[in-house]
Amino acid sequence: MISSARKPDRLQLLFTLLGGVVLLFIVAPLLAVFLRSSPAVILETAQESAVQSSIWLTLWTSLGATLLFAIPAVPFAWLLARHRFPLGRLVRGVIDLPVIIPHSAAGIALLVVLSREGLLGGMAEKIGLQLTGAPAGIMAAMAFVSIPFLIHAAHDGFKAVPERLEKVALSLGASPWRVFLTITLPLARRSILSGMILMWARGMSEFGAVIIIAYHPMVTPVMMYERLGTFGLKYALPVTAVFLLVSFALFGLMRLVAGDKDVT
Amino acid sequence: MSLSIQNLAITLGNCSLHDVNCDIRKGEYFVLLGESGVGKTVLLETLAGFTSAQMGAIRLDDMDITSLPIQQRPFGIIYQDCALFPHLSVRRNILWGLRQRKISAQERERRLAEAAELTGVEELLERSPLTLSGGETQRVALARVLVRRPDFLLLDEPLSSLDPAARTRLRALLRRLHRRGTTILHVTHSWEDAVSLAERIAIMEKGTIVQTGTPEEVFTHPRSEFVARFTGLRNIYQGELQATNNDTALFRTGPVEFTLLADGNSGEGHFLLGSDEVLLSIEQPATSARNCFSGQITDLEPVQSGVEVEVNIGVPVFARVTRASMDKLKLTTGGSVWISFKAGAGRFLGD
Repeated sequence: MISSARKPDRLQLLFTLLGGVVLLFIVAPLLAVFLRSSPAVILETAQESAVQSSIWLTLWTSLGATLLFAIPAVPFAWLLARHRFPLGRLVRGVIDLPVIIPHSAAGIALLVVLSREGLLGGMAEKIGLQLTGAPAGIMAAMAFVSIPFLIHAAHDGFKAVPERLEKVALSLGASPWRVFLTITLPLARRSILSGMILMWARGMSEFGAVIIIAYHPMVTPVMMYERLGTFGLKYALPVTAVFLLVSFALFGLMRLVAGDKDVT
Repeated sequence: MSLSIQNLAITLGNCSLHDVNCDIRKGEYFVLLGESGVGKTVLLETLAGFTSAQMGAIRLDDMDITSLPIQQRPFGIIYQDCALFPHLSVRRNILWGLRQRKISAQERERRLAEAAELTGVEELLERSPLTLSGGETQRVALARVLVRRPDFLLLDEPLSSLDPAARTRLRALLRRLHRRGTTILHVTHSWEDAVSLAERIAIMEKGTIVQTGTPEEVFTHPRSEFVARFTGLRNIYQGELQATNNDTALFRTGPVEFTLLADGNSGEGHFLLGSDEVLLSIEQPATSARNCFSGQITDLEPVQSGVEVEVNIGVPVFARVTRASMDKLKLTTGGSVWISFKAGAGRFLGD
């Protein structure tokens, strides 16, 4: 370790080089978006009401989907972390399905149940709620593709909480509810929060499933696609740049908040 | 509150316990002694309800608690690693177990102050558990349990990770709790803890309890390899140590008085003497040893490294000799011999 720190060997050099290639691969296209569009145009686009309402729609639907689906997903993650049950491996496999299937397939599958003819869509329509072509459908599509991120992160967070702490807490006379809410959940909160941020980010960036459920109202990824198809790359770039800036700012801030540490 | 463990069988991972039988009397300080990995903690966890037994019963007074949920069992449990809640301050850790109960805020604060005073953690209340030393952590864990005023404490190696000073302090605290009437089941691999604290000891070996008795009974007549290995513990005497005017102290046990080196200790306690520290001779030895007694051989027990000779001098004393020495001295049961040992031999453990 010491010798490698003093004099980098060839292996280390090669790996650093490879790492640089990967970083460049990620950073270069994103940078190009900003280099290819002038700040004035980006500012002008940011002031367009259609763009603003699209970004707002994207933000709140993805956040709404995250908060709403966190309610069943977090306890479910605890269950997976703490208990073994029959078909457990199958259940874990099912959770990963949204990640491995094409997102257009996810959208089509969702359309089957969310459309008027579908089970959920039909029921929702009876109470006057439209799912396809509406924020509710967008939220469903976003949640479908992003929920595995939350479940995995929360699962890892719960796994890292020593089970012994929960049992000692129970032995102090507390109910399982109180132990979950005041010991387990706070101790796993950083992972859960991190999972929620990931789910939110993944939901915000979803295109394939959302466009099948709702072309309108238009979330920003769909708007980028629409501008690219209709007006060309030049017109798609500013809205992309605005959305990227909003995303960077938001997730930078969220990471900061999630990284806090305190003892109460 | 008395505890009765009946024919308990538990399998958990690599650990398997079987036919575990044990009775712990109300108000007793009971030590479960065994090597690491023998399953002591698993047994403790089963009593606390953390794991379930495959067979057998656990009875508390007349109530069967074998399948009672953890939160309904009346034990206070303290783990070796203490399991303090890392996200809560010491104060909130201690008060945590009282929140559920219908206790007024005033009473809660009173109990907190009482437990903090008893365990000496008053200065630590606003600290984070992550900043505490091993001894402090143990005392906070104890305070967290004591505010609930349990009648029965389950302790899992509470002293093993502490430095000698902290250990002595915590031992004194445990004795104090015991004197107040708390029944204590203390699990340890340390014979020193067992001797200095226990009223009765159970030895756990190969997945079951192989011997139960007072420390004197268990160490003088070991029925397990684990205890027999501590051959030094075959001479174990309960009595009283009295300092004298010079650099020695007198230890009285039964009709016999031993002279020991004064080390500032006095009062009730146990004197432990290694059988290899005891010299054996046929004639009265001309020796500087302060302890010289004549007696009769009552038993000759071959052990791995020679023979343990049991000599009755008013109390039994074990002396270890080689087989060659035994032949040379022509030792036989009933024969008269002298035993001697120096005042600096052995050690005294005060209660």
